[in-house]
Amino acid sequence: MPRIIFVEADGSEHSVEVEAGTSLMQAGVANDVKGIVGECGGSCMCATCHVVIDSALAADLPPISDDEEEMLEFGTAERFEGSRLGCQILVTEALEGLKVKVPG
Amino acid sequence: MTLNRLVILGAGHAGFALAAAMRQAGYGGSVTLVGDEPGLPYNRPPLSKAYLGGTDHEETLHFRPARFFEENRITLLAPERALRIDREAFKVELASGRSLPYDNLVLALGARNRSLAIPGSELTGIFSLRSAPDAAGLRAALAGARSAAVIGAGFVGLEFAATAAARGLAVTVLDAAPRAMSRVVSPETAAAIQRCHESLGTRFVFNAQITGFKARDGTASPGDRVNAVRLADDTAVQADLVLVGIGAAPNGELAEACGLEVSNGIVVDNGYRTRDPAISAIGDCAHGPTTHGHARSHRLESVQNANDSARRLAQILTTGACDAGDPIPWFWSDQGKMKLQIAGLGGPNDATVTTGSNADHMTMRFRGGRLICVETINRAGDHMAARRLIASGIGPSLAEAQAGACDLKAALKAA
Ligand SMILES: Cc1cc2nc3c(=O)[nH]c(=O)nc-3n(C[C@H](O)[C@H](O)[C@H](O)COP(=O)(O)OP(=O)(O)OC[C@H]3O[C@@H](n4cnc5c(N)ncnc54)[C@H](O)[C@@H]3O)c2cc1C
Ligand code: FES
Repeated sequence: MPRIIFVEADGSEHSVEVEAGTSLMQAGVANDVKGIVGECGGSCMCATCHVVIDSALAADLPPISDDEEEMLEFGTAERFEGSRLGCQILVTEALEGLKVKVPG
Repeated sequence: MTLNRLVILGAGHAGFALAAAMRQAGYGGSVTLVGDEPGLPYNRPPLSKAYLGGTDHEETLHFRPARFFEENRITLLAPERALRIDREAFKVELASGRSLPYDNLVLALGARNRSLAIPGSELTGIFSLRSAPDAAGLRAALAGARSAAVIGAGFVGLEFAATAAARGLAVTVLDAAPRAMSRVVSPETAAAIQRCHESLGTRFVFNAQITGFKARDGTASPGDRVNAVRLADDTAVQADLVLVGIGAAPNGELAEACGLEVSNGIVVDNGYRTRDPAISAIGDCAHGPTTHGHARSHRLESVQNANDSARRLAQILTTGACDAGDPIPWFWSDQGKMKLQIAGLGGPNDATVTTGSNADHMTMRFRGGRLICVETINRAGDHMAARRLIASGIGPSLAEAQAGACDLKAALKAA
């Protein structure tokens, strides 16, 4: 199972094994990562699963859909380089070792 | 009195959110969350969406893992049912025979689905959708069905219809009203949604008077499998699977039995308090004052309302007041490729301005010339902009919208 490293706003790290096919939001919630809420259950509606991913790895991620783009633009307090919605990214073997930051 | 023992009845969206928000607010006393469903608190919206159509495990629905409850010292009693509230003794009696003392009691009891009391309702193959076991049963039944009837063209019914149609079932949606989602969206938006469903092959029967269900041989003995829905005009709609989605009623009995006011929900003030200062109510079961929409008070069934009422009450219980204003209601519904989103609350006589196509639709609703509600299909950015514009009262006026000022994202950026 791929390993994902969640970094909470205060810098604390959680390294967790995630079954492929699980979304980063589901993985964050299941491992009790602070700041990942998933209020809409993954419908790309609430932006409470906002995460920031090292842009060097962006090529391995699924592209940003129109919906996600609009939620990032209008639904987050602040958008960063590498901002994504965790519910829109399903974990694959290619993401082994991915660092996922939760903005404060 | 200082709050040391908080008891929350109902471990759904609102109950869970309150327990979590109390800890986040630094409350140090005890939190006991009592829920009559087995297992950990979970998310309901996916039940009629991704979970229904997919293969996810039930654990993916949980808000948080068991560890969260331990670490946050939230005592979850589940499955455990509250039977009676003794206001004088500040105690709740539970089905297990235990009695729970409280300083403050919060009712987060939710709502339950209305049922149809018509001949044949006991046939197998007739479903209702509220809980995770309901969804699991429906998911299994979907796999073997060829046709489905949906009774009630509301959110849950239409979400199911889209899933069933995508699976290749012949789907018929029946509603007693003359159009879809008649209580919740404008006729313009309802028409756009209906056309999208029709393009998937789904058939609608409006003004439908349903008289019963029958099995293949025409009888309706309990245990037989449903085969058709019977209508008053003597026609029948073929279906080997039926979903009844005709709305929900608030769980107000516990409150009523202990003398609290219940009228379409447990009546609360703008701080979620019932007339007993030690008892509050939040989420689907509560009916309280509002500054949105037509009425002075309302009861909402939505995740937004469950979460916002929980967060606001946590602030009130820990600090005595709440600094955020009356939150703007919002809602969403995923129906196949359509993402319907609603910001604000509309009413029957609102003036409207509609733009876009079926697959990219927006209806703005105005009262007294002011923007009060925006319904969109597949326009997430406009929806998010609408929430902020309506909340701050700076949306385009009816006259401006009629003159073509319909770009809400631009309006927000300019503001
Ligand atoms: C299939 C479905 C799809 C939905 N989709 C959406 C959507 O897309 N968007 C949206 O905003 N909203 C949606 N909703 C509505 C949303 O789920 C509810 O508004 C929300 O769950 C309300 O939270 P609540 O805590 O008030 O009630 P609930 O989540 O219903 O929780 C109440 C809990 O209290 C329990 N309870 C009742 N009586 C007792 C008792 N005496 N003792 C102990 N426990 C008791 C109930 O069993 C239940 O577990 C959907 C609902 C359903 C059923
Ligand atoms: S969980 Fe709501 S947008 Fe991701």
